[in-house]
Amino acid sequence: MAGISRDDVAHLAKLARIEMSDAELDHLAKEMDVILGAVARVQEVAASDVPPTSHPIPVNNIVREDIVRPSLTPQEALSGAPAQSEGRFKVPQILGEE
Amino acid sequence: MAAALAAGTTTSVALTNAHYAQIEKVDSAVHAFLYLDKEGALAQAEAVDAKRESGAELSPLAGVPLALKDLLTQKGIPTTCGSKMLEGWRPPYDSTVVSKLKAAGIVILGKTNMDEFAMGSSTENSAYGPTHNPWDLTRIPGGSGGGSAAALAAFEAPLAIGSDTGGSIRQPAAVTGTVGVKPTYGGVSRYGLIAFSSSLDQAGPCARTVLDAALLHEVIAGHDERDSTSINAPAPQVVKAAKRLDVKGMKIGVVKELQGEGFQSGVLSRFHEALDALVSAGAELVEVSCPTFDYALAAYYLIAPSECSSNLARFDSMRYGIRVGDNGERSAEEVMKLTRHEGFGPEVKRRIILGTYALSSGYYDAYYGSAQKVRTLLMRDFNAAFAKVDVLVSPTAPTTAFKIGEQVDDPLAMYLNDIATIPVNMAGIGGMSVPCGLAPEDGLPVGFQIMSPAMRDDLMYQVGGTLEAALLAKWGAPLLDKAPVLVAN
Repeated sequence: MAGISRDDVAHLAKLARIEMSDAELDHLAKEMDVILGAVARVQEVAASDVPPTSHPIPVNNIVREDIVRPSLTPQEALSGAPAQSEGRFKVPQILGEE
Repeated sequence: MAAALAAGTTTSVALTNAHYAQIEKVDSAVHAFLYLDKEGALAQAEAVDAKRESGAELSPLAGVPLALKDLLTQKGIPTTCGSKMLEGWRPPYDSTVVSKLKAAGIVILGKTNMDEFAMGSSTENSAYGPTHNPWDLTRIPGGSGGGSAAALAAFEAPLAIGSDTGGSIRQPAAVTGTVGVKPTYGGVSRYGLIAFSSSLDQAGPCARTVLDAALLHEVIAGHDERDSTSINAPAPQVVKAAKRLDVKGMKIGVVKELQGEGFQSGVLSRFHEALDALVSAGAELVEVSCPTFDYALAAYYLIAPSECSSNLARFDSMRYGIRVGDNGERSAEEVMKLTRHEGFGPEVKRRIILGTYALSSGYYDAYYGSAQKVRTLLMRDFNAAFAKVDVLVSPTAPTTAFKIGEQVDDPLAMYLNDIATIPVNMAGIGGMSVPCGLAPEDGLPVGFQIMSPAMRDDLMYQVGGTLEAALLAKWGAPLLDKAPVLVAN
């Protein structure tokens, strides 16, 4: 049976880029344990000779002619941006300053 | 309404105004809508009226108002997906469904409430407060598309669009006494539908009658080169099927696994009465066993969260949506974490964490991999069943509408609401919920689910239309006539 600890949830939250309070981590660790216990049932019938299905219909690469078509103007593309500058998305620093 | 419009006895502007008047009257109690676009709707209505007057040929639903679930983009109109993350966002483009609605002259009244990012079965997970069931305002309207279903049941709109990942169209339809259809996966374009679980999501029609749903279905269906998963084949002729009103000689499979433990007695009694009505109409019943259905829920709650953890990674506070904690000192990653902390509600976080776990190395095979195998087995169950019968049927939801707040603290209990609807999404086939009466013990609506093979959506419309007509003959009036009249408060 898979047990999931508070530290595990903290690690997952870090991977998922979600800040979590101590209270949230405590609560979620308990819930995850219960939910994982319930969904682990899938292993009972997932025999090795059963192929996995990722998609209900066959998915193929579809290519189209490379034709220039109308698309969003830079202004439209930036219309929902939390911050912008000189016609570009403005984001917080990505690399730390040395 | 479409007939009255065509006959010239009313106008689209009059219909649109009448629906806004009803919304004004009841929506403070129901809370089906998150945003109303009165100006845009009336402009569209005027345009349709002018076109009609000029004698131009119009599509059958031209001028009829509609409520749009808030996860489909509509250019310039706030689209939140029920989340704080997208508060104030106005998309710069129309989803394909919206483009098709506009082209058909359908009047979009506004955007309807939903569980955040379509995750939930009660609309209680909306960041903007719950929607109330018009049959009993203390109860849930189902979810995630509770706003769309409630708008229909409260006569705030005659048509609505929903989306169905695990039952989000059908379960709200069931608990509000309305009709809801999840088309075959790939039958309706997902372009502009904010993704939750891409291999399961499907937009579809919601209405008060099977024929209305069919008319709307044909407006939105069809291949779209902007969605590579949309099926490039002629769309099923569902309007014709809905009008057939005949099931003589059809074989209807009753799913053994979807009627026992956990199903409310009044739900089962109405379900069995509906089966009797179909037999009287000439259908043959066959009991069918789908043993893997018992594992469908568990597999769904691995696959959907896995896909959601990946899809929702796009909400990174960089290009759209809210941004929290950007004080000029914090790094992009820190701002991202703070934004996602603030922007997502508890259920969304729960599913992202669950999905992140199911996909993480060391657990991938045991969880996500096993769930994908269950998906194969489910499809085998359906294929075997459809070799013997034309359609499969079950109750849509195990219970009638529960009280607001009753299940919020118990995610597993909440997940069980989708037990009968999930297999359809996993296999990518079609599913429909049609009202089949009120449960004797609580007087609340019960839904009858019809499942049809992929791209044979016409079959469920044929059975749904026939059942609706048989029950109407028996009751003498539509079920919604029994709903309480809501008054201004």
